[in-house]
Amino acid sequence: MKNTLTRPLLLTAALAGSLSLYSLTSRPTVAPDPNNAGLKLPAGFGALVVAETGGRARHLAVTPQGNIYVKLNKPKDGKGILELKPNATGKATVSGGFGSYGGTGIYAKGGYLYASSDEDVYRYKLDAKGEVTNPTQPEKIVSGLLNRGEHESKSIVLDNAGNLYVNVGAYSNSCQVKDREKGSMGRQNCPILDSAGGIWQFRADKAGQTYGSGTRYATGLRNVVGLDWNAQNNQLFVMQHGRDQLHDIFPAMYDTKQSAELPAECLYEITKGANAGWPFLYYDGLTHKKMLAPEYGGDGKKLADPKYLEPAAAYPAHTAPDGLLFYTGTMFPEKYRNGAFIAFHGSWNRAPEPQKGYYVVFQPFKNGKPSGQWEVFADNFAGSAEKVASGRADHKPCGLAQGPDGSLYVSDDKAGTIYRIVYNQK
Amino acid sequence: MKKYFALLAVLALTSAPAFAQKKPAPKATAKAPAASASVLKGKAIYTQYCLTCHQADGLGVDGMNPPLAKTDYVLGDKTRLITVLLNGLKGVEINGEDYHGVMPSQAYLTDQQLADVLTYVRGNFGNKASAVTVAEVKAVRAAGKK
Repeated sequence: MKNTLTRPLLLTAALAGSLSLYSLTSRPTVAPDPNNAGLKLPAGFGALVVAETGGRARHLAVTPQGNIYVKLNKPKDGKGILELKPNATGKATVSGGFGSYGGTGIYAKGGYLYASSDEDVYRYKLDAKGEVTNPTQPEKIVSGLLNRGEHESKSIVLDNAGNLYVNVGAYSNSCQVKDREKGSMGRQNCPILDSAGGIWQFRADKAGQTYGSGTRYATGLRNVVGLDWNAQNNQLFVMQHGRDQLHDIFPAMYDTKQSAELPAECLYEITKGANAGWPFLYYDGLTHKKMLAPEYGGDGKKLADPKYLEPAAAYPAHTAPDGLLFYTGTMFPEKYRNGAFIAFHGSWNRAPEPQKGYYVVFQPFKNGKPSGQWEVFADNFAGSAEKVASGRADHKPCGLAQGPDGSLYVSDDKAGTIYRIVYNQK
Repeated sequence: MKKYFALLAVLALTSAPAFAQKKPAPKATAKAPAASASVLKGKAIYTQYCLTCHQADGLGVDGMNPPLAKTDYVLGDKTRLITVLLNGLKGVEINGEDYHGVMPSQAYLTDQQLADVLTYVRGNFGNKASAVTVAEVKAVRAAGKK
């Protein structure tokens, strides 16, 4: 008797509770993990581990239905792309995989999923449920992209006019006659730039394009892993990985401390034909100057030719920006809208100085331009300050994606964790 | 050749007790300072030329620069190891992981410096392999120049 009475009462109470919650937030609240997945976040934000993939999760894409596709650097059990299906708690389950190739790039837009190996770009059709319909027979959009084993990853993004942008990194640190060899000078006019060290543009909807048929969109970029299209000013932005080893190569000009702090990792605003100046210069983020590279006659003081593109913003040296995302969601507070999130994979080239990075940065934007000081948004992927300093991080953030509700997803290519960052404060 | 060394080793071992009564202590003390001086020199060379890429703990960088701890490249064939330092190395798979970093030639180091740093690497980071001698480096360098 008692049971039959209380049950409907409880049910009504629960219904009323969830309804009032729903009307307050106007969207279902995703509960963060009790420890925010180990991350340190600004007040009001929370994080949860969406899934542990166990693979080297590079970039990721989230469809409008909330399905997550993760590109693995190396196929796991023969699958280079993992498919994750969301469940009611906001987490997700690995439901399958396809694509026998490793790689970095993956991007969803206009009912298609694009993914890259280190040589090719493929396109898969997504159905109304956000599921890939042709996992074993993708269209090959671009083939034969240059891969010489250094800076080999091919990151991809689409604009709103049906174009695909692909990074082809320079197969060199600083275009020396002998790559990374102490004292070796730069190759005249750097012939590497003829075929690498920039961004290539292709049609996004045309199968069978070759490397040679693409348009050289930008040059003088050593290696870009994070890139995104800014819809506000309709422009491409890229994060360059700055050159390594100033001290190792030119010990008389740079001590180990200078070498750890130079050069800055740079954000560039790209227009067609832009030239960011690699390998002839590097950017000193402390003095805000473009410096002539020592391989090309620089001495740590001489300035570079001013004709080269000025960075839009600069960040600590060697921290390896691997993911860039313009936030267009409404879940996060107003200040984040149209600003950029940048995933810094973390440094190695600051040794013997302590390493740095392993965090996601927020760069405020105004009217499509960086505006104001960047700040660390999500920290402690490494697990502790000691693990940051030694470079032995537990997790290394790599890819960024925005969910349909405005959640920020972060992939980690060290342990394969997929994070989701949410904002729950009213 | 191997058998011959094995035989020598057996002989040395079996005859060891005879010597043990007389000279082991002075021998050990005479050798120890020389070895540790070499290790110190090896460590200094490692710090100056190798540490940026292979890191202070010798564990390298994921996907880029190979680890030096407990790998066949370091513990195995000395000729191959010396050749890596003389010629550099690019793109290698170690224990199932790919490494894409570019190692430049370190041939500008002297035979003594190469022997010292390799001896240090083979005896640190959890490694316990035999020393590399100047003669071994010299031989590999000479063979490479032919």
